[in-house]
Amino acid sequence: MSFFEKLKQGLQKTRKGITERIDQVLVSFGKIDEELFEELEEVLITSDVGVETSIKIISDLRKAVKEKKVTNPQNIREMLKYELKKILNKGENRLNISTSPSAIIVLGVNGVGKTTSIGKIASLLRKEGKKVVIAAADTFRAAAIDQLEIWANRAEVDIIKHNEGADPGAVVYDAIKAAKARNADVLICDTAGRLHTKKNLMEELKKIHRIIDRELEGADKENLLVLDATTGQNAISQAKTFSEFVNVSGIVLTKLDGTAKGGIVIAIESELGIPVKLIGVGEKMDDLQWFNPDEFIDALME
Amino acid sequence: MATFFEGLSSKLQETIKKLKSKGRITEKDLKEVTREIKLALLEADVNFKIVKDFINKISERALGQDVLESLTPGQQVIKIVHEELIELMGSSQSKLTFSPKPPSVYMLVGLQGAGKTTTCGKLGNLLKKQGKNPLLVACDIYRPAAIKQLQVVGNQLGIPVFSMGDKLNPVDIAKASIEHAKSKQYDTVLIDTAGRLHINEELMEELKNIKNAVKPQEILLVVDAMTGQDAVNVAESFSGKLGIDGVIMTKLDGDTRGGAALSVKAVTGKPIKFAAIGEKMNDIEPFFPERMASRILGMGDVLSLIEKAQAAYDEKKALEMEKKLRTQQFTLEDFLDQMQQMKKMGSLTDIISMIPGLSAKALKNVNVDEKQMVRMEAIIQSMTPGERSDPSILNASRRKRIAAGSGTSIQEVNKLLKDFQDLKKLLKNMSNIGKGRGGLGKFRMPF
Repeated sequence: MSFFEKLKQGLQKTRKGITERIDQVLVSFGKIDEELFEELEEVLITSDVGVETSIKIISDLRKAVKEKKVTNPQNIREMLKYELKKILNKGENRLNISTSPSAIIVLGVNGVGKTTSIGKIASLLRKEGKKVVIAAADTFRAAAIDQLEIWANRAEVDIIKHNEGADPGAVVYDAIKAAKARNADVLICDTAGRLHTKKNLMEELKKIHRIIDRELEGADKENLLVLDATTGQNAISQAKTFSEFVNVSGIVLTKLDGTAKGGIVIAIESELGIPVKLIGVGEKMDDLQWFNPDEFIDALME
Repeated sequence: MATFFEGLSSKLQETIKKLKSKGRITEKDLKEVTREIKLALLEADVNFKIVKDFINKISERALGQDVLESLTPGQQVIKIVHEELIELMGSSQSKLTFSPKPPSVYMLVGLQGAGKTTTCGKLGNLLKKQGKNPLLVACDIYRPAAIKQLQVVGNQLGIPVFSMGDKLNPVDIAKASIEHAKSKQYDTVLIDTAGRLHINEELMEELKNIKNAVKPQEILLVVDAMTGQDAVNVAESFSGKLGIDGVIMTKLDGDTRGGAALSVKAVTGKPIKFAAIGEKMNDIEPFFPERMASRILGMGDVLSLIEKAQAAYDEKKALEMEKKLRTQQFTLEDFLDQMQQMKKMGSLTDIISMIPGLSAKALKNVNVDEKQMVRMEAIIQSMTPGERSDPSILNASRRKRIAAGSGTSIQEVNKLLKDFQDLKKLLKNMSNIGKGRGGLGKFRMPF
């Protein structure tokens, strides 16, 4: 199955929701008027795109319609697609991990799927021929280390771990040493899930970064924020707060195989300029994919 | 608390300002205010359909209504909004039910990452504290290390965990656990099930089979408070396919406005029974719908003041109080009176945090928590009327007598007096703000 098909399948529910509603709107209007725009705005909001971003997208759309003197509602679909793509195409969607070793730090609030995503990212990178070491730096949640270890085994990569309750900084330090000694290409650090409102835990993140910056000077570094597609507007607050503490370089959007539309990524890219890099469309190992904005929007709107 | 409210209500307040000094709610007023409310609810992740129905209902009720003398039209609309919100959320707290024939079995279900396993431990802990003898059951055989996680949690809490590894069918594990509970005299059983997407038919089928096998007293849907528009679909699926008896909202300690709570309640009609509010094992508490209603609207400040101003005080008394505030004649007697009024409303800190323009910083000087209130009441009640109206006569021997009479210590009496002074100072500032904005006086502040 090609990536496109798989994504489409995963997004089936999403797709139905958005496109059916957009089509309904477009069909029910004989001409383009203010009401039509309002209804389209609604469709976006119900996809978690958020009020502010939806208003902005529709206002851009309105402008474009006026400029191009479009009168047929049927033409609007392509134009809306274009507006969405424009937003999602702003950033770099590939991981910047060209140095060896380079580091990926995986962040997020509790329960978004950090540990699972790490397993899948590790597998993805290993299949691309990279040697991967995982640092089990979530020493807080019960059995998080065991869970990660199972994923490391499945992905056939090395894992460096301490006991539960150990200092995450120490785990990362050891993992860096191991990554260097084993000539690894990528070090992936798990971190404890934390609500972004817990300042002391956010400070701990900074400490992990200091260690990486010191021990892996000049190495490429990615801070991937994992977001659950079912999350609503709070995801913006999450992204904002994590960004205050570390330089979030990309989003991993998980659980897109449900009915959630994940429209929140559009809001995040629009408001914060953080690009989506990977998306999770299923529970299996290879259900995590590189994100391609055009295909995402096409699959969404096809 | 202040953090949720900061900034959120400013837009609304602006709108309200425009609507001042009109006697009747017109369609135009309504349109402006309802748009703001609509956006506020959407930004809080309340489902779109629910917001629409809600706004229609509000508009119907509000249009043409006479505005109460003490309120502006905008405030009147918000008052209606708040009433309807509480109506929607359910006005009373809903408790866990127990089976007359132990063990009482509870199934925890929900999406991946909602926090089922942690909540299972927290709920067990709560039950244990209530004198129950709970058993946790590990039926999530799919997620790597889920069983281990429950075992670790159980260990921390000293609550036994029943597991049969990840090779057996969860239905059989659940069945066996009930037998085990019966033979070992456990009176409550909490079954941790595998997280699943609500569209995963196979796993939903498994849940149904567990339900049929163990006949749970309650099925509790665990919902992440940060869930967006999709909360409706999730709740609908679990409620429709499996049937649920109640909801537990998790991760409410973050800064989410938690509109999902409203969506879930509206769609399922089932009460939200618990709120998980932190990472520690005792961070779970009963859910209070009214508080949530204010949080979701993010205008707790404005609307609570309206509500409270109305409910607690008739106009005359409010005027008296305003005068007292302005002239700094606020006495301990008034303080006591306030405290008794406030018991119905929430803590003093809550109330103060609801006042627009006051940040959490201003609160640091007023250290009043709810438990303390009872003691403070006792202290004031142990004073003579003379002492209450003029605390400056409280010398050492009088303080000693009051401490003995109220069953507290002199330190506590002193602290109360200091708090009272601080509060007076704060109130003075507040009435200044009120004058400056020209708005607050209209709220008939219940102080």
